[in-house]
Amino acid sequence: MLKKRIIPCLDIKDGRTVKGINFLGLRDAGDPVELAAKYAKQGADELVFLDITATIEKRKTLIELVERISHYINIPFTVGGGIRTVEDAAALLQAGADKISINSAAVKRPTLISEIARQFGNQCVVLAIDTNYIANRWKVFIHGGKTETDWLTLDWAKEGERLGAGEILLTSMTKDGTKSGFAVDITGQVSEQVNIPVIASGGAGTKAHFTEVFQAGKADAALAASIFHFGEIPVPELKLYLREQGVPVRLAIKENI
Amino acid sequence: MIAIINYEAGNIKSVKNALNRLGAEAIVTEDITAIRQADKVIFPGVGDASFCMKKLREKKLDEEIKKLKQPVLGICLGLQLLCDHSEEGNTPGLGIFPNRVKKFPQGNEKVPHMGWNDTQFEDLPLFQGLGECSDFYFVHGYYAELGAFTTGTTEYILPFSSCLQKDNFYAVQFHPEKSGTVGENFLKNFLEKI
Repeated sequence: MLKKRIIPCLDIKDGRTVKGINFLGLRDAGDPVELAAKYAKQGADELVFLDITATIEKRKTLIELVERISHYINIPFTVGGGIRTVEDAAALLQAGADKISINSAAVKRPTLISEIARQFGNQCVVLAIDTNYIANRWKVFIHGGKTETDWLTLDWAKEGERLGAGEILLTSMTKDGTKSGFAVDITGQVSEQVNIPVIASGGAGTKAHFTEVFQAGKADAALAASIFHFGEIPVPELKLYLREQGVPVRLAIKENI
Repeated sequence: MIAIINYEAGNIKSVKNALNRLGAEAIVTEDITAIRQADKVIFPGVGDASFCMKKLREKKLDEEIKKLKQPVLGICLGLQLLCDHSEEGNTPGLGIFPNRVKKFPQGNEKVPHMGWNDTQFEDLPLFQGLGECSDFYFVHGYYAELGAFTTGTTEYILPFSSCLQKDNFYAVQFHPEKSGTVGENFLKNFLEKI
């Protein structure tokens, strides 16, 4: 049986892992490669590295980091942040990333999705959507949540799939950093309306939140950051719990737990 | 020396990294002589079947791969191209395995089959010691049908060949290079037991 995936997310700034609350207030959370290796050993199913500096002069640093990750890490990983062109995506994929995630640039120029998908395959294009509930509708936001767009979240997810996205990474801005649970309703709606995997993100605080987003929210994967970085919920403990709850998960082989 | 066949398909670097982590020497090459002389050959790949078959023909690697006598391991698209035919772009494959490669039917389940799934392995040296937690990482929208050379079966929408074996040709649909410790144990088996 196909397993539900647990994905620790590492926000990268100047080569370090950081974690903010509601997109602000960054705390240092360690060396990305060291953390990544620890998560891989513990049984994380994939990793996401989000470069939140992503200025042009830092691009080289990011590519070197991706090469280092690819050298040491034996599970799939996605890199996102500041990808605007096919060339940006190509550089990261060639450095060893399995997938890239695109967000604001795809909203501004949707054909970027198909351009990358055509060249490297749908499976490596993750469409990241930041969503917020405004005036009774789930809307798409860009620029790290600062700018509201005209897109309704459901419509944009479907359009992303049509253009060739292989996965949707859906982050609820209202939930992000609050530890009050995933946005189960919109996650479920998106997951039912698209035929590609949906990764739920934003709001993980307890183990029960994961059961909820997998069962009621129909998510294929769930992403979280601080609860893993600060050791509040270790990955092996979360997975044992989920298995007891009847959620199919992969357990790391015993010697590594 | 392990030769990893380079034919402009994706995912080649991670195979080399995985072999290096196991201490094996590997080269990524399209050079026919280097491939012929290698102790073992890995035929990896992520991408479109008909595009990649075209690349193999351009590089004259299609006929060469069929003639190899040392152990050859096809991974992901590598497995599909070792089959007889793929629906992806309606292309003939190399025909080592008589299996046909089909698109997963549309239904309630999502396509591609992406993530970790388990495999029922036959009792063979390549699969020794993989244990009960034998989840491997898969990413594919097409699958090889079951057949006489199936050595591992995985279920997603329907049961399909996740492992094939015939003579010196071995193939897996999953990505051992991305499948954590279990994947490394599998690659170690290919390096040491085959």
